[in-house]
Amino acid sequence: MTMSEGDLAVAELAFVRHTTIAPRPPPATMTGALGWVRANLLSSPFNIVLTILIVGLLAWAIPEIVKFLFIDAVWTGNDRDACLASVQHREIGACWPFVWERLPYFIYGSYPISERWRVDVFFVMLAVGIVWLLWLNAPRRDLGAIYFFLILPVTSFILLTGWSAIGLRPVDTVLWGGVLVTIVVAAVGIVCSLPLGILLALGRRSRMPTVRLLSVIFIEFVRGVPLVTVLFMASVMLPLFIPEQWSPDKLVRALVGIALFASAYMAEVVRAGLQAIPKGQYEGAMAVGLRYAPMMRLVVLPQALNVTIPNIVNTYIGLFKDTTLVFIVGIFDLLRTIEVARIDPKWAAPVTSTTGYAVAAIFYLVFCYGMSRYARAMETRLRRGDRR
Amino acid sequence: MASDLPASARPASVVFYNDPRVRSIAYQVALCAVVVFLVYGAASNAIENLARARIASGFGFWDQTAGFDISQTLIEYSSRTSTYGRAFWVGLLNTLLVAGIGIVLATILGFIIGISRLSSNWLLAKAAGCYVELVRNLPLLLQLLFWYNAVLKTLPDIRDSFSIGGRVFLNNRGLFLPTPIFKHGFGGAEIALLIGIIGATAYRIWARKRQERTGRQAPVLWVTLALVIGLPLATFILSGAPLSFEFPQAGRFNITGGTEVLPEFVALLFGLTIYTAAFIAEVVRAGILAVSRGQSEAAFSLGLRPGPTLRLIVVPQAMRVIIPPLTSQYLNLTKNSSLAVAIGYPDLVQVFTGTVLNQTGQAVEVVAITMLVYLVISLATSLLMNIYNSRMALKER
Repeated sequence: MTMSEGDLAVAELAFVRHTTIAPRPPPATMTGALGWVRANLLSSPFNIVLTILIVGLLAWAIPEIVKFLFIDAVWTGNDRDACLASVQHREIGACWPFVWERLPYFIYGSYPISERWRVDVFFVMLAVGIVWLLWLNAPRRDLGAIYFFLILPVTSFILLTGWSAIGLRPVDTVLWGGVLVTIVVAAVGIVCSLPLGILLALGRRSRMPTVRLLSVIFIEFVRGVPLVTVLFMASVMLPLFIPEQWSPDKLVRALVGIALFASAYMAEVVRAGLQAIPKGQYEGAMAVGLRYAPMMRLVVLPQALNVTIPNIVNTYIGLFKDTTLVFIVGIFDLLRTIEVARIDPKWAAPVTSTTGYAVAAIFYLVFCYGMSRYARAMETRLRRGDRR
Repeated sequence: MASDLPASARPASVVFYNDPRVRSIAYQVALCAVVVFLVYGAASNAIENLARARIASGFGFWDQTAGFDISQTLIEYSSRTSTYGRAFWVGLLNTLLVAGIGIVLATILGFIIGISRLSSNWLLAKAAGCYVELVRNLPLLLQLLFWYNAVLKTLPDIRDSFSIGGRVFLNNRGLFLPTPIFKHGFGGAEIALLIGIIGATAYRIWARKRQERTGRQAPVLWVTLALVIGLPLATFILSGAPLSFEFPQAGRFNITGGTEVLPEFVALLFGLTIYTAAFIAEVVRAGILAVSRGQSEAAFSLGLRPGPTLRLIVVPQAMRVIIPPLTSQYLNLTKNSSLAVAIGYPDLVQVFTGTVLNQTGQAVEVVAITMLVYLVISLATSLLMNIYNSRMALKER
């Protein structure tokens, strides 16, 4: 008997299917848009409630915002009457003619009108420097660094403050304002904080006890107090510590405060990067006979800084937002020019404040969000290197 | 001994200025000299400048009469009799008040948003993500000015104020709440609360010990609720409810009675809470993502339901990652409360570094005291958190 009972049973059957049935498509409710909605929006009763709530919130908020910014907005007009609901007898949204008229003030402050081209040149030079540094495949990035950290500060200082010898009329910093001041404060913070921060971070990891102690005291002190108090210190105490004839002007004092503050935070970021470098790198550098400075410059810092680029950019975002605090010590940055313009009797209306703040919000959002996207892109790029 | 070694193994004699030890000492001496020189120069300049401006020095101003009003005082203060020292404490308490409430609210909001960002509900996750991106990328000062000038100051004035049942009023002068008045006999409820808290703590310790010994769980939550809320409430009712409220009365031009919450306080609290919550949300998200998936899968395979898995497995491990950055966010909130000066909330900086500094002109002393306060807060917090952190940290053997 070679044939089993089972085989016999099969042989007696009238029809046996020898090919597999083609797989049926999944139910329509599980695929496509409907399936996605079910899985991502309506997966449980609690999620259904949440989805309804959020849809409700969006359905209320988005039309309100669009209405305020565009539909009810005022587009033309010469003074506050155009933006007053009591005069126009309708609901009033954003007051755009106010922004349009005050835009030069928001950008240049009270910088003399005939000299404003100098500010424009400064903006362009700065943009070139930033692109050169941030675009990682740009040619001659070493020259870019020299340009950004050396040539740019000197030329823009001459350009903005003026130098009679080459025919540039001196402009007092009291007249500076708006975006110009915001950018200057942020740029000085960015340019000064990285080198100072690196020095402090190296000092904190130094083997010399006095150097280490002084660095730790400085870093922990500055990080332990609010920026407002550092700015107060710079603006009211700094003039006391310096002989009267050298007393710096208001803007310079605030810049000193910002630069010191930012460098303490930068020091901690750089220190984290230094700690991420394996000991073998230091030992390898010493084994090939490098002394401290070349070892740091050629082996350790390039690696440490590369790892920390996302964190450095994040610190810069914080710094950029913190520049608004110079407002408190009486410097006319963008926020303060808006604050001054919105209570100007010519334009003071209920909607003017919100319009002004909306402009500031868009400005900061564009810059900060741009920087954070850059930081994130760098992070992915670095991780790609790790995987290889 | 060095002299016994062959000549080739003996270290080559080094010129003294190439000896690393000599160099290190030379560098340090030079650095100290520079620092001493700078400090000496600054001090002598300060003395000279102060003498020229005829500004007194020292802390004598502390006991002088302040002579200015403060809009929110938690302790007794009057412009005519109180001293600058008193004004300092008023400001400090105001700072601590807004920071304390802000920390609690920001933690709650931050955890909700951080967990929402990881939700399986796409819309919720995206909405939370938008919140975080929007709030984190706008300066706090701008947000404060917006809440204060564009929201709270455009509320209706007193005559048209919003009211809830004629008992609570909201207008552009602030929020007016009923004031609780504790009558004689309320102390019983307070003592009951104290006993309840002690009892609940003792019960928790006992329940945990018993669970470790026998594995039997005790209804800790219900017993705690009964002791902490039920016991004081029962005492309160049994002693004849010795509590009444003084309600604010709306007049034509003013609201009298009740407790007034300043719009500056509300704006600052709103701004700080919303801003810090966005950062806390990121901290929480990172913490939860740091717990590997295998942990919750293992918990599921042991038969734990999602609730206990989150409570017993994921959160304790995530907290280890969350606590250190969370602490620094709390410190940031406290330090950021100094922005109160921009909207006129009487915090330490506004009262002390603002008004007192302007009146006395003693910049060095006033700024130094203010910085010292923030430094003490910072260092104390990081000390406490380091202790907590070392207790929570992974015990590796």
